[in-house]
Amino acid sequence: MRADKDFRENTRARTETVKPLLQVREIEKRYGARIGCTGVNFDLYPGEVMGIVGESGSGKSTLLNCLAGHLEPDAGQVIFDTRADGPVDTVTMSEPERRMLSRTDWAFVHQHARDGLRTSVSAGGNIGERLMAVGDRHYGNIRERAIDWLGRVEISETRVDDRPTAFSGGMQQRLQIARNLVTGPRLVFMDEPTGGLDVSVQARLLDLLRGLVREMGLSALIVTHDLAVVRLLADRLMVMKDGHVVETGLTDQVLDDPQHAYTQLLVSSVLQV
Amino acid sequence: MSNYNFAYLDEQTKRMIRRAILKGLAVPGYQVPFASREMPMPYGWGTGGVQVSAATLTPEDTLKVIDQGADDTTNAVSIRKFFERTAGVETTEETEQASVIQTRHRIPEAKLREDQILVYQVPIPEPLRFLEPRETETRKMHSLEEYGLMHVKLYEDISQHGAIATSYAYPVKVEDRYVMDPSPIPKFDNPKMEMAAIQLFGAGREQRIYAVPPYTKVVSLDFEDYPFEATKAEHACDLCGAEDSYLDEVIVDDAGNRMFVCSDTDYCRSRRGAGHVGRLAQEEVA
Ligand SMILES: Nc1ncnc2c1ncn2[C@@H]1O[C@H](COP(=O)(O)OP(=O)(O)O)[C@@H](O)[C@H]1O
Ligand SMILES: [Mg+2]
Ligand SMILES: [Zn+2]
Repeated sequence: MRADKDFRENTRARTETVKPLLQVREIEKRYGARIGCTGVNFDLYPGEVMGIVGESGSGKSTLLNCLAGHLEPDAGQVIFDTRADGPVDTVTMSEPERRMLSRTDWAFVHQHARDGLRTSVSAGGNIGERLMAVGDRHYGNIRERAIDWLGRVEISETRVDDRPTAFSGGMQQRLQIARNLVTGPRLVFMDEPTGGLDVSVQARLLDLLRGLVREMGLSALIVTHDLAVVRLLADRLMVMKDGHVVETGLTDQVLDDPQHAYTQLLVSSVLQV
Repeated sequence: MSNYNFAYLDEQTKRMIRRAILKGLAVPGYQVPFASREMPMPYGWGTGGVQVSAATLTPEDTLKVIDQGADDTTNAVSIRKFFERTAGVETTEETEQASVIQTRHRIPEAKLREDQILVYQVPIPEPLRFLEPRETETRKMHSLEEYGLMHVKLYEDISQHGAIATSYAYPVKVEDRYVMDPSPIPKFDNPKMEMAAIQLFGAGREQRIYAVPPYTKVVSLDFEDYPFEATKAEHACDLCGAEDSYLDEVIVDDAGNRMFVCSDTDYCRSRRGAGHVGRLAQEEVA
């Protein structure tokens, strides 16, 4: 946990004044006897991007879904610094409150864009949905903001009335991102956001994500098995193996000087690619 | 008549339906599940409305049945006959005379009173279904008042047609709480839903009953810059001259000539009886 200590020293000045946006404490999820993830602890600060890496089956998605309220953890707390009431444990908050959070301050980008889009609704309607969900009742405003967001994710305004089924995979993923970010969330959960896309499409998407994260000062949790993704996007890394976090630290330090044997294996296998 | 219990359904079934109706009235706009019974007519023929009427009728009631505003369509006639035979109640075509009115696709033009009950036949009770087919999810959306999706539908309408093109089954919010499908009535009828009579809705295949008590707030959903409009054809009735009634367009000859007539046949007839004359009726007189 050496890198983590460095991180704390690096950011000590900040942490004394800034509260964590998310505090994760002893999260555990089991599927029967099988461990999904266990003993997970970390803090995420405003504007920080945390990567969660590890091979397939290591518990990344389980953890992310527990944090985002899609799965109920068997133990632990997920304390989010809400705008209205300050830090609140989202595991025990009421379902309406949690659903409201996921429509406003939280965003979730699925690996498969179709899981996160309404395929029977136009691109504009997809982006506008969250605005309408929080009470925007002015068509002109909603449409203007939908078109603005299409531009920000590099989709032509002329596609605003097309259904996402007519879009390429990369466009669908960008639309999903626009639809999530339109309400100005503070925390974005992403599960393999570039998975399943062509390499060149991936690169463009990563560029775009990096720009948006910086510009909007987003905090994000990005699950991926692709170390290139976290190299580009994440300030900090968490390495998972068999449901446990085996190493955490600043991204460059973990990737360039991995301490845990498993991380060394993970990094070297990538370097060979 | 003696082969049946009064109004066909057995008393236990009617009690079960009445409980659902009372619950519906207590929670305006909320869809109450009920155990729909087989009726001696196919679904789509208003079996939900028929069951609600059966549980509502008393021997003293006078029943009117309309379909698209008319008393003489096959559907209306067969339901009226069904209750004449199984309940022996009086029937009428006059809105004013009826104490229970079962309807498909219209609200009568005549203002309804506190001593009247309007029973709607409903094909699809769930207004959220077209965008969210999962029943578990729509139920949750209702319970948490998550109605953003209804506006997504209206947004899609405007973006495709330049205006809210939904003209039937136009969604409403009841008493600032539940979003409700008013059944496929024209949106022209929506403002009438704030009325003195009790409104009951029955969906047979879908096994749902819901209700709007008298004088309940019923608001049609819209956007600030695309406000709801209770539109009708921009004509007067060619038979009775009414300018305030919902009109059907009828092709009258092989040359494609058209006329506009009140869809509410009783309203049109009573106006003509009172001496009102429309454009075509005038020509006949002349
Ligand atoms: N719904 C489930 N039921 C049972 N076991 C599951 C379920 N989802 C995941 N698991 C198991 O939990 C472990 C972690 O899975 P997952 O979180 O999907 O890992 P990752 O996202 O890192 O690939 C794996 O052993 C997986 O087989
Ligand atoms: Mg996964
Ligand atoms: Zn008329």
